[in-house]
Amino acid sequence: MVTTGAPIRVLIAKPGLDGHDRGAKVVARALRDAGMEVIYTGIRQTPQMIAEAALQEDVQVVGLSILSGAHLELFPRVVEELKSRGIDDVLLFAGGIIPNEDIPKINEIGFKGVFGPGTDTNDIIEFVRNNAPART
Amino acid sequence: MSNAPTVDTDALVQGILDGNRRSLSRAISHVEADTPAGRELLARLYPRTGHAQVIGITGSAGAGKSTLVGAIAREQRKRGRTVGIVAVDPSSPFSHGAILGDRIRMQDLTADGGVFLRSMASRGNLGGLSESATGVADLLDAAGFDVVLIETVGAGQDEVEVANAAGTTVLVANPGGGDEVQSMKAGLMEVAQVMVVNKADLAGADTAVTQLRALLAIADLGAWRPPILKATARTGEGVPELIDAIDSHQEFIKTSEHAEEERRKHAERQLVAIARAILHREALSAASQSGALQDLVSVVADRTRDPRSAAEELLVAVRREWAGR
Repeated sequence: MVTTGAPIRVLIAKPGLDGHDRGAKVVARALRDAGMEVIYTGIRQTPQMIAEAALQEDVQVVGLSILSGAHLELFPRVVEELKSRGIDDVLLFAGGIIPNEDIPKINEIGFKGVFGPGTDTNDIIEFVRNNAPART
Repeated sequence: MSNAPTVDTDALVQGILDGNRRSLSRAISHVEADTPAGRELLARLYPRTGHAQVIGITGSAGAGKSTLVGAIAREQRKRGRTVGIVAVDPSSPFSHGAILGDRIRMQDLTADGGVFLRSMASRGNLGGLSESATGVADLLDAAGFDVVLIETVGAGQDEVEVANAAGTTVLVANPGGGDEVQSMKAGLMEVAQVMVVNKADLAGADTAVTQLRALLAIADLGAWRPPILKATARTGEGVPELIDAIDSHQEFIKTSEHAEEERRKHAERQLVAIARAILHREALSAASQSGALQDLVSVVADRTRDPRSAAEELLVAVRREWAGR
């Protein structure tokens, strides 16, 4: 038996100071049930911690959940920290409370998907499957 | 299968020896997935291993292993040692996915450049867990970490084998909860060189120590007598003593009159565990290719054939398939 197609590895992280991680956990479970390996970091992560975890875990996908409203502050810093570690090939997506007018700005810095409240988890699974960069 | 991109193994080997964390991380993915590049990396880096203290941490789910691993790592850092961690969690047998949450208990360590933590799912790949987890530990060793901690749920043969591959294995027990019977069932007593009753601030810690001591009294032990300690991982209490005990065992392996014998026994355990995993995989693959597996499954399912004699015939088919190669 040859190992083909190791499971997609996803980091789910909560940057910033809000402590509500119900949404992050629901997404983590949905991706797990879709056959992915999900590393969940817990709440109150700094951009450095998120980038370092992505590096150590060699994930293809990073999902950030935020409800505090600090997304325009924190997301660019996460991207910066990833790039400073040479990570420029991960799929980024976001969830939580993100006003519509901010979505283009978040897309622009590299987040391919933004999923607000009420999203069907199947849409997130499909998004990750279709967009995760291939690995050996 | 898509065309596998070529992997620059030279660069990965060099990167690991230079302390490049990205190279290390990518190499781990190759070893974990058992790719040709992963095998080449291990073959090339294995001669650079042997520097690290490799410590297995095992115990039942909920025993506080992750918290204890975090506490051990923090104390080791205080002693000026760098720490690599492999934290293994089970994959779902249904979806094959996994939620790996060990980082939650070790958040502060993520910011420490002297620590590298990798979460691993067991992936249920035909006994291959010990193969891949010890391979990952070897990479961390080659990368120069002073201490390598391998954390597994001590639930089955695979996990016991992982613990077995470590130089020193720590069994984590708890006050109450029927640990006595559980640890005997899992055969964990025989592989542990250090025992610790975690959550020692809860009632019943001394009873747990007494139970473990009673079990050890009837166990078949060599020259090393496993110490039984108490710790509270959450506060770090008892953790320095735990590390002292681990260090004593490491010293014992290196310097006792049995050192050579211990090293050979350890090498044999590792070799046999990996060979068993490969044999298992290749035999089932041969049995399946020849069609014998599917045919025999049918007759056993019909109850026209007993599974024991069907298994014998399966092996005959495997040998035939191998002889024909």
